[in-house]
Amino acid sequence: MNLRPDPTFHATPKLAMEAPAETLAFTLMLSPDGSQPDGLAVVDVDPTSDTYGEIVHSLFMPNKGDEFHHFGWNACSSALSPLTGHAFLERRYLIIPGIRSSRIYVIDVKEPLKAKIHKIIEPEELFEKTGYSRPHTIHCGPEGIYVSTLGGAGEDGTDGPPGIFIMDCETFDILGRYEMDRGIQDKHYDFWWNLPRDYMVSSEWGLPPQFENGIVAEDLLSNKYGHSIHFWDLRGRKNVQTIDLGENHQMALEIRPAHDPAKQYGFCGVVVDTTNLQGAIFTWWRNDDGTFEAKKTITIDPQPADPDDLPELLKGFSAVPPLVTDIDLSLDDKYLYVACWGTGEMHQYDVSDPMNPVLAGKVEIGGIVKKTKHPNGKEFGYGPQMVEISRDGSRVYWTNSLYSTWDDQFYPGERGAAMVMAKNDGDGFALDPAFWVEFPEGYRSHQIRLEGGDCSTDSFCYPSA
Amino acid sequence: MTETAALWWAVVGIGIYHGINPGMGWPLAVSSALMERRASALPGALAALAGGHFVSMTAILLPFSLMVALIDWEREIRIVAALVVISMGVFLLIYRRHPKFLSRVPPSKLALWSFLAALAHGAGLMLVPMYLGLCEIDALDTGHQAALSLMASNVGTALMVAAVHTAAMVVAGGALAVLFYLWLGLKFLSKTWFNLDLLWAVSLCVVGGIGLFEALRGSAV
Repeated sequence: MNLRPDPTFHATPKLAMEAPAETLAFTLMLSPDGSQPDGLAVVDVDPTSDTYGEIVHSLFMPNKGDEFHHFGWNACSSALSPLTGHAFLERRYLIIPGIRSSRIYVIDVKEPLKAKIHKIIEPEELFEKTGYSRPHTIHCGPEGIYVSTLGGAGEDGTDGPPGIFIMDCETFDILGRYEMDRGIQDKHYDFWWNLPRDYMVSSEWGLPPQFENGIVAEDLLSNKYGHSIHFWDLRGRKNVQTIDLGENHQMALEIRPAHDPAKQYGFCGVVVDTTNLQGAIFTWWRNDDGTFEAKKTITIDPQPADPDDLPELLKGFSAVPPLVTDIDLSLDDKYLYVACWGTGEMHQYDVSDPMNPVLAGKVEIGGIVKKTKHPNGKEFGYGPQMVEISRDGSRVYWTNSLYSTWDDQFYPGERGAAMVMAKNDGDGFALDPAFWVEFPEGYRSHQIRLEGGDCSTDSFCYPSA
Repeated sequence: MTETAALWWAVVGIGIYHGINPGMGWPLAVSSALMERRASALPGALAALAGGHFVSMTAILLPFSLMVALIDWEREIRIVAALVVISMGVFLLIYRRHPKFLSRVPPSKLALWSFLAALAHGAGLMLVPMYLGLCEIDALDTGHQAALSLMASNVGTALMVAAVHTAAMVVAGGALAVLFYLWLGLKFLSKTWFNLDLLWAVSLCVVGGIGLFEALRGSAV
């Protein structure tokens, strides 16, 4: 406990944008075949430093086969909520779940270059206390740390629906399930909320048998992956509305609400439309009467391709789908970045008018067919995937792995980890030729977190205006 | 200054102390005005916070007003009351966690939130020794009364103490809220937010300690 709030907590998104720029990034490293322990890389992102773009510290776990994926902080700007009156947590620990092992690591990064394991929660404890498995997204909310899961109980995670559980933000004890009334929600992926407006939005990927050993083509073509988003009374812990985006909109993944809590809308990315292989973004919003609606506001077309250039899975289509796997919204709610992991493009949309997004910029790198090289001449394996934006909106970082078994289906063969950065300044949106991170052999890279918070961690409780 | 005046000033002082403590809700008034994008939401939110706080104070004081009618047990009641206040302080000193049930209250229910926040932090208990002191002076002034009329007078005093305290609290909290809303801005919110948890717990112990001392001394404070 501090006597003053952590200086990285900001009342509004605008204040967070004005805070000092990040000098370090934390990136997850996974061993795709589980032959080595997964790890956390601390990357120097300070352009004035001699080790700019280098991994300056790595921490490897004592177990193998965790498969690191998403992660988050023990505390964020939500600690300044006027409802708590106690803003004295420290942004100090990274909560890193193993999506395959269901093990959860709490890493102390108070001294980032001496990052160390603070606590390990074994899978058995998670199973016993929640009946959930395969923990995924982390957010700091009312009552503690909220963690979404992709699996229910049982060996293959299909015994009961997956959901969200809550952890104590100081002791990291698992407190139990979040849901009191989940309605028809039976799959899970991402979630986020508007704290002062007291609602939460969650999304759906698929159940563990649908992803752990690779994408199940029959399930995809018969529209059996998730295609709904759920709206919740946050503190009432109740599903109040479910919107089916249409069963052809397979895999509704990332939920990105406007950061300014006075705005009551957000976005959701859909990986693939099975009728035409398009990727899509839906804008969802809350009406004055508390009901929600959603509308498709961005579509991204597949690109024709020679079947010889395509992996087995896609040969029959003679086209490469964009595969919208991650999206991220800048803190001023102006730019939405959309990763097209299949075609190898990072799109930048101006979403100042959330109902009419406009493509403002585009970076091509990697891709199943195009395999565009980095401006420094190096091969970028796979495609742009997990994307993270600096608080000030000037730097956009991303890595290239989606999920071990899916990487192998869409991009056969080992193609290596990558982390790059594009600048979004007066000259437009373009890759920084000087920023290129070399990862240790045999690893792939996944989510990035920026020192002091970024555009997909912090929840703000006061409007910017 | 007379003893009565000193006790009333203590009631006001504790009101100001509660008012400036962000844990009692003034940042909620700022956020309400910002979220609704109109300054007039600020007094509305303050009124809801004050309502909840007043009810919470009354809920603690009223049971004591019934008890102090048992005039023969006056000293014992004051000792027990002081011990209760000290215990709450000690409890908050040892159990340094924040009440989780508060985060289940929806942000739209400000009065309920304010009531529960005051209750959970023992805010009302801080007034008990002053209140009992005032009741005692009252009883001495008016001589030996019938239990019923004494009780009525004590209830009146309880409501008065709660009202004066809440008024001081809302003026202090309201002044801060207006200051932040109109001039300082939210940047200062995180910069000026101090951890009062420890001070709060110690305050309860001190107030209870004074009450205990006075009760044992057997004087009318």
